[in-house]
Amino acid sequence: MSAGPARAGPARPAVPGRNPLRIGPVSGVWHPRTAAVCAALLLVSAVLMCLGATRGDFPLPLTDVLRVLGGGGEELDRVVVLELRLPRAAAGALVGFALGMAGAITQAVARNPLASPDLLGISAGAGAGAVTLIVLGGAAGPLALLGVPAAALVGALGAALLVYLLAWRDGIDGLRLALIGLAIAGLGTSLTTYLLLRANLTEATQATVWLTGSLNGRAWDSVLPLAVVVLAVLAAAPVFGPRLAALQLGYDTARSLGRRVQLGMALLVAAAVVLAAGATAAAGPVAFVALAAPQIALRLLGRAAPPPVTAGLTGAALVLAADLLARTALPVELPVGIVTAALGAPYLIHLLVAANRRSNA
Amino acid sequence: MIQPSSRLQADRLTLSYGGTEIVGGLSFEVPPGMITAVVGSNGCGKSTLLRGLARLLRPSAGAVLLDGKAIDRMPTREVARHLGLLPQAPSAPEGLTVGDLVARGRQPHQSWLRQWSPEDEDVVAQALCWTDMLDSADRRLEDLSGGQRQRAWISMALAQGTDLLLLDEPTTYLDLAHAVDVLDLVERLRDDHGRTVVMVLHDLNLAARYADVLVAMKDGRILAQGHPGDILTSELLFEVFGLSARLIEDPVSGRPLVVPLGGSRAARRPAPA
Ligand SMILES: Nc1ncnc2c1ncn2[C@@H]1O[C@H](COP(=O)(O)OP(=O)(O)OP(=O)(O)O)[C@@H](O)[C@H]1O
Ligand SMILES: [Mg+2]
Repeated sequence: MSAGPARAGPARPAVPGRNPLRIGPVSGVWHPRTAAVCAALLLVSAVLMCLGATRGDFPLPLTDVLRVLGGGGEELDRVVVLELRLPRAAAGALVGFALGMAGAITQAVARNPLASPDLLGISAGAGAGAVTLIVLGGAAGPLALLGVPAAALVGALGAALLVYLLAWRDGIDGLRLALIGLAIAGLGTSLTTYLLLRANLTEATQATVWLTGSLNGRAWDSVLPLAVVVLAVLAAAPVFGPRLAALQLGYDTARSLGRRVQLGMALLVAAAVVLAAGATAAAGPVAFVALAAPQIALRLLGRAAPPPVTAGLTGAALVLAADLLARTALPVELPVGIVTAALGAPYLIHLLVAANRRSNA
Repeated sequence: MIQPSSRLQADRLTLSYGGTEIVGGLSFEVPPGMITAVVGSNGCGKSTLLRGLARLLRPSAGAVLLDGKAIDRMPTREVARHLGLLPQAPSAPEGLTVGDLVARGRQPHQSWLRQWSPEDEDVVAQALCWTDMLDSADRRLEDLSGGQRQRAWISMALAQGTDLLLLDEPTTYLDLAHAVDVLDLVERLRDDHGRTVVMVLHDLNLAARYADVLVAMKDGRILAQGHPGDILTSELLFEVFGLSARLIEDPVSGRPLVVPLGGSRAARRPAPA
């Protein structure tokens, strides 16, 4: 091949906007703006977690919280922060991260900015699973604590599997997946409603709180499984990142780039399902985070670098902020899902109006 | 001179969409190291044929052979290192920059650890230079004109660095100057880099000017194939397109130049001799 254009050092990339990052045989691209946005989101999340740790039945000044996190502090403060407040904050961050990432993957696979893992039946399936256990399982006893997340997980994974199988016709198509997901979600919701009508008041209250999505009373044992799921998906990022990038260009282009489309779709859908199901099992269906986080991340980045990690960090900050708001806005503590729904609904309307305006332009 | 053998061939290839046969029992050897232009009226199966050749459609009968092996039994990554396709209407996510799009053309050559090697960078920069898009590498696709966007996609196909390149209407959105630029580039790829190019073109004059081999398709079959000067006749044009036209010699290239007579489809006049 004839001599390519002279390549400048890493300071001035040969291809504008693609700054090489190379260490030995490992090579990649880094974007200053993406790095800055991720750092800022991490910082915001950390601040929100600390602020969240000050609030509760036993308010603590921020200085005490920081002292505990630094390894010091009074014995009582340590118990409150490390055993009560921090698990809740970590659950919020992980739920947000998982939902944001799942949303980014779903939107990329469906190639639709309005898609979310709910379109795979996950929330509805999890809700049906959880409410089934609460109402029919007699789960008012100690079983409830262990049982509800597991039942939600089974419901979510079952619904997603059902959607995937029903949408299979010589392969999976993003649009067909979404339409069948919608139908299954409707079924799950009807089942939930039917069960709620049969439930007694205690069960119905418990179910309704769960269905709203709440971080109240989350302990380390509900954080740990989700942390494992998130870490596993992050570790697999080199496998699905390039596949996601190829699939975003359409099935034909992805295949001409040497990607097996159906394998890639299956991997990506599985990653999104596991993340969303894990988050929903831990906190109940926290509305709109999966939908909004990737879109906010896209606007923060100003470019479509595969944004799952940025979307995850955005989701974490969103859920932490919403949970803080839920605990401070009113004298009574609200479930976090109410706040995300209240903030998310206008945002969804804004997206719909913008999309509509664009298609009419 | 020894004629190298064809690397890509269709052997009694039948392609269908959901039971409707679009391409029927077509046999064709892509001439190596040459530019092949496929022409034919809308809906005659040109894109379908290209998709079949690029193993995007499984044949309902017959086979596509790459270096003598059935293409749909080869690992798709392996195929992607030899054969690239630019689809007719590709789509990209919102916010994607030109540089990031073109870099995705390197995927068949990349691994988990190797995502942006110096070679990747050189090839992508070269591909962007070829289409005069290097300065726009940092711009977002949706902020470009249709022609600039098309040049970005052509760059992506070039960055794949394959010997065999299938281009579905690479010049559709381009003004004449940029269309000629792209076709000059295709010639350069053939002459300097030994690439084999098959492209669908709607502009018959450009097809006649640049193709070593012209393939005229109708209803999923090949009606004629050969050097444009040999096969392009007003009879063929009438048969393929129902177009009445006169052919004159292009004073620059000596190739045939199509001058439409107009009113053809309605009148269906036989072409004057
Ligand atoms: N995905 C599809 N599903 C069903 N039918 C299809 C599909 N794609 C194309 N067809 C049909 O196959 C026929 C050939 O289409 P093809 O795209 O190959 O035409 P073409 O020669 O490329 O036309 P054009 O010049 O308009 O691009 C058309 O009748 C079209 O309706
Ligand atoms: Mg076509």
